[in-house]
Amino acid sequence: MKARHAIIAVLSLAGASALFTAAAFGDDEHEGREHDEGWFSRWSGSHGVAPVTNEQYRAECGSCHMAYPPGLLPARSWETLMTGLADHFGDNAELDPDTVATLRKYLVENAADKVDSRRSAKIVRSIAADKAPLRISETPYFQAKHDEIPARMVKDNPKVKSFANCAACHTKAEQGDFNEHNVRIPGFERAHF
Amino acid sequence: MNKILVLLATLATGNVLADDATVKALQLDYQTKGVRSVSADAGKAMWTREFANEGEQRSCATCHTSDLRQGGKHASTGKAIKPLAPSVNNERLTRKAEVEKWFSRNCKWTLGRACTPQEKGDFLAYIASQ
Repeated sequence: MKARHAIIAVLSLAGASALFTAAAFGDDEHEGREHDEGWFSRWSGSHGVAPVTNEQYRAECGSCHMAYPPGLLPARSWETLMTGLADHFGDNAELDPDTVATLRKYLVENAADKVDSRRSAKIVRSIAADKAPLRISETPYFQAKHDEIPARMVKDNPKVKSFANCAACHTKAEQGDFNEHNVRIPGFERAHF
Repeated sequence: MNKILVLLATLATGNVLADDATVKALQLDYQTKGVRSVSADAGKAMWTREFANEGEQRSCATCHTSDLRQGGKHASTGKAIKPLAPSVNNERLTRKAEVEKWFSRNCKWTLGRACTPQEKGDFLAYIASQ
C-alpha cells in the first residue's frame, strides 16, 4: 500500500514537472516581445492587424479560406498572388478581370508595407527586400512566432490541419487580433498557457 | 421552338426548387450552345464520378459530399462549405455569374478541364432538384 502511494507521488511529481516545463517553454522570448509592446497598444488595437473591411474581398476570398487581413503580406506579395489565381496553391481560384483588379487594389493599398500597424511592420521587416512570399506562413516573422508549435497541434490536428487556418486557434483572428493570449489550440486547451 | 419546349418540359419534371429565373437563364445559355436536353440523373451520376487529377482521385463529392443537403469541407483548407441544395440553402443558384464562377473553378480542379455546356446543364438540373 505504501509502495503504491509512493508511486502515485512520484508520478504526480513527474506530471507537475512536465507542466512546469510546458509553462517554461510557453514563457519564452515571444511572450517577452508581446509584453514589450505593452498593455496600452494591445488595448488600443494598434497591436493587431487591421481587420478586413472590404466585403467583396471577404466574400470572394473567404469562401475557401479565411479572408486574410491584407496587412499580413507586403504589396509585392499580393501583386504576385493576384496574377496567379488559376493556380492558387494547387486550387483554381480564377475570377473575372474586373473583380481581380478591384481586389488587387484593396489588397495592395492595405498591404503590410502600406498600413500603420506594428505587427504589419514587423512582418515587412522580416522579409528580404528581394523576396515576395505568397504564403503568410512563409514569412520569417510568422515562422519565428510559430517555431515552437509541434505538428501534432496543427498539421496533424484534425481540427486545425494547416497554419492557413488562423482562426482555428487565434480565436479573434477575424478581428485582426493575433495576440498570443487569445490563442486556444483545439484539443490542447489544457496544455496551452 | 421545339428545343425550348423540350427544355421547359425537362425543367418542369425536374422538380425545380431553386430560383427559377436564374436556373432557366443558365439552361437557356447552355441551350444556345447546343444542349438539347438536360438530365438531373446524369448530373447525379457525374457528381460522384472520380477523375485522376494531380495525383489524386477527385470528384465533386470530394468537397461537397454526395448529399447536397449536407454541408461539405474544402479539400485542402478544411473550411466548411454550406449545403448546395437550394431546398436547404436558398442562396444557392440565385446568381448566374456566381454559378458560372464555381463551375469554371471547380470543373478545372476536379476534371482537369472545363465542363461542357451539357455537363453544366446536367449538374445544374441535379443541384436544382435537391
